[in-house]
Amino acid sequence: MRWKKPVCVLLLAAAGAAVIAGLQRLVEPKYMGLVVEGNFTSEYYEETTPHDVIFLGNCEVYENISPIVLWREFGITSYIRGNAQQLIAQSYYLLEDTLAYETPAAVVFNVSAMQQFEQDNESYNRMTMDGMRWSSSKWNAIRATRMEDEHIIEYIFPILRFHSRFKELEPDDLKYFMGSGKVAHNGYYLRADVRPAGDLPVERRRSDYSFDPRCWEYLEKIRTLCEQNGIRLVLMKAPSLYPAWYDQWEVQIEEYAAEHDLTYVNCLEVSDDIGIDFSTDTYDAGLHMNVYGAEKMARYWGPILLEIPGVEDRRGTVSGAARGYKAGIGLDTVWQEKCDFYDRMKASQEEEFARLGYIKQFYIQ
Amino acid sequence: MSLVSYDFLAFFAIAALLYYLVPGRFQWMLLLAVSILFYAGGGAVYLLYPLATAVSTWFLALRIGKADSVSKAYIQEHKPDKEQKKAYQTHIRKRKKRLMIAGILLNFGILAVLKYTDFFLQNLNLLIPLAGEDGSVWQAGWLLPLGISYYTFQTMGYLIDVFRGRYKPEKNLVRFMLFVTYFPQMTSGPISRFDLLREELFRKHAFDGTQFTFGLWRILWGFFKKLVIADRIAPAVAMITSSPETYDGMYVLLGMLGYTLRLYADFSGCMDIVIGTSQCFGIRLPENFQRPFGAKNLSELWRRWHMTLTGWFREYVFFPVSTSRFCRAVSHLAGKAGLKTLSKKLPVYTANLIVWFVTGIWHGAAWNFVLWGLANGIVMMVSQEFAELYRGFHRRFPKADGSVYGAFQKVRTGLLFSVLLMFQYYSFGTVFAMLGSLITTGRLSQLYDGRFAELGLAGADLAVLAAGLILMLAVSVLQESGSVRKRLAERPLVLRYTAVFLLFAAILVTGCYGRGYDASRFIYNQF
Repeated sequence: MRWKKPVCVLLLAAAGAAVIAGLQRLVEPKYMGLVVEGNFTSEYYEETTPHDVIFLGNCEVYENISPIVLWREFGITSYIRGNAQQLIAQSYYLLEDTLAYETPAAVVFNVSAMQQFEQDNESYNRMTMDGMRWSSSKWNAIRATRMEDEHIIEYIFPILRFHSRFKELEPDDLKYFMGSGKVAHNGYYLRADVRPAGDLPVERRRSDYSFDPRCWEYLEKIRTLCEQNGIRLVLMKAPSLYPAWYDQWEVQIEEYAAEHDLTYVNCLEVSDDIGIDFSTDTYDAGLHMNVYGAEKMARYWGPILLEIPGVEDRRGTVSGAARGYKAGIGLDTVWQEKCDFYDRMKASQEEEFARLGYIKQFYIQ
Repeated sequence: MSLVSYDFLAFFAIAALLYYLVPGRFQWMLLLAVSILFYAGGGAVYLLYPLATAVSTWFLALRIGKADSVSKAYIQEHKPDKEQKKAYQTHIRKRKKRLMIAGILLNFGILAVLKYTDFFLQNLNLLIPLAGEDGSVWQAGWLLPLGISYYTFQTMGYLIDVFRGRYKPEKNLVRFMLFVTYFPQMTSGPISRFDLLREELFRKHAFDGTQFTFGLWRILWGFFKKLVIADRIAPAVAMITSSPETYDGMYVLLGMLGYTLRLYADFSGCMDIVIGTSQCFGIRLPENFQRPFGAKNLSELWRRWHMTLTGWFREYVFFPVSTSRFCRAVSHLAGKAGLKTLSKKLPVYTANLIVWFVTGIWHGAAWNFVLWGLANGIVMMVSQEFAELYRGFHRRFPKADGSVYGAFQKVRTGLLFSVLLMFQYYSFGTVFAMLGSLITTGRLSQLYDGRFAELGLAGADLAVLAAGLILMLAVSVLQESGSVRKRLAERPLVLRYTAVFLLFAAILVTGCYGRGYDASRFIYNQF
């Protein structure tokens, strides 16, 4: 019976680990209410087919372009790997992470992340990085962007960060204990409410318009990584009216794009061509597009993206080979499900907005 | 490095692993290396202070020891007559005394300058207008090296012991440095005696699974007291005690009890972590608490609270002062004046007041701490004066010695201790005003008048606090009949594992740590 004690200890240890894992899952935020962005990063790993285009960036990306319209009208398979206040370093490591599963033909990076290298709110870091699968990319992303009082161990064991939520547990914490539902549409955050652009804060003059050297360093890393993998990098400035995008910044990005022969589109400058009407196409007074603005953006970007070698109309085809995906899956079937989900959510929000004048899930009293 | 940090846990794990991997004869050297690293974590420059204390004390103690050897050798060689021998010994004793005083002045001087300069200057600023002058003098604002009071007291205890010939001085400076800087106890005590700690520090320690497990359990228990109880109650207590104008009446009682509980859970939790950590290295440290709230009077409570500090004061302040030439002379004078009772008590009471004055100022460089110390001393003296009355009462009512009266005595002592602690956080006048407010306006209904909600204690916090206090009380009661850990170890594996796991899970989920909390410091780190 010499084996009895070690087996007992192992069983007890396993039971303890299971309880801790359960507690951890219980106290982790489920991001199924007002804030849903915390689910964006992890939803990428549920994809079953690869993508020709990957969008990278912060809220100016995940709220401003609809991958469903890109598919429906152009047959472009795309995914947005973006999150709230996603830093450029996080975008780089998310791209690195993406390349572990697939190699897209094009990466569209939104340059507004050049404004700021360091995070000013820890919850944004958590929303971006908690959902990443563990890899050297995640480790490096945490190391590069964690705030001064953030510890890596709190990312390894999120219970150390979120334990105090035991005081504020909600029914949703039990409801989504086994897993949160899908909230985004290939990384796109759908909002069908309308709030016209109004008076925005006046642009403040700055003493220094140069970007943080570390931002340049990571932009260069993104460009190099794309180059090494035969990916076409496209730079974009989304049509967000606020925060301000200064002319001095524009010049620097234009020069960088010209220097490296990159396509750069400032959507603010071509908003008329895109057809954006800031009285109907934004849900938060000009900061972000609603679904109508995002669909217009997709219609504008579709032809541009189709000009990139490797970005093709994939309708009626099967998925190609990629590291993280099985080849030969019918794309129409896969995307039809996505379109249905998109249409249902859009219709539901439109109905709710027409009836109430707001959308309950996102309404702050 | 805080004892309540991920860094410390990682540091401890690596240090413990290395400790049992290196050959036994090198273990103490490894401990010294990690102790220096631990201290340097707070700023390498601060290492200079304990090193200066270690070197100066080691050198002076060695000289004192050498004076003894020289004296013995001289007497053996020259065989002086009785008179010559006495004169020579007096000469040697004076030399030793000079060395001891030099050490005391140097090291307590460093402590005094760093800790009390601002206090002195603040008082000077108060006096300047009284002298009809304008302006004020600057404030030094010096940072206090971590644990300076503890290692200074410990090394001075060593120096005095060597002077008294209690044991021989340590010849090896490097070994002595470990005694001064031993990392678990350096920041918050306990204050150890060299002759006891030496045996523990420098012998080989083979890995002992039981001791190691016991050490870990004790650390866990310390974390529970600190993170689940002390830090949960701390913000509310701070609000109540810092705003007497808002929190009066019933809140005075709440603040009083909360302050005491927080102090106990924080400090005794810290000691559990310190002693448990040391136990994992196979090194026993002296206890600092012995269920203080089981005491039936204030003197007994102080014999069970911060025991190594009170022991130090008893040994190195109370006894020397009460038997000093000055006290003997005053006592003699009082006797001559016919005040026989007073002449007997005078040396004890003088020493008592001095000890409590020093205790007060040790706890904080401010007059309210001095008052708190003296108040404790006075209450004990008054209690001593009434001793005969108590004895008479108990002779008259022998049944009053039962368990109910015992419980009453414990509650009364705990309350008295809490009342006296008010001097630490209120000004002198406010203490009495707040006590008056409690007595005249204190009503339970005040707890529902909205002020309680502002304290930041949610229902879940109160539930956790209540459960934590019940557990702490239960463990305290169980400890009266022996070690809880020993009894737990005798239970079946599943039972003890479950108990320890539940404690761990409780800390993990309900502990006040991480973002939004500041659990990085213990109250007794600041001395």
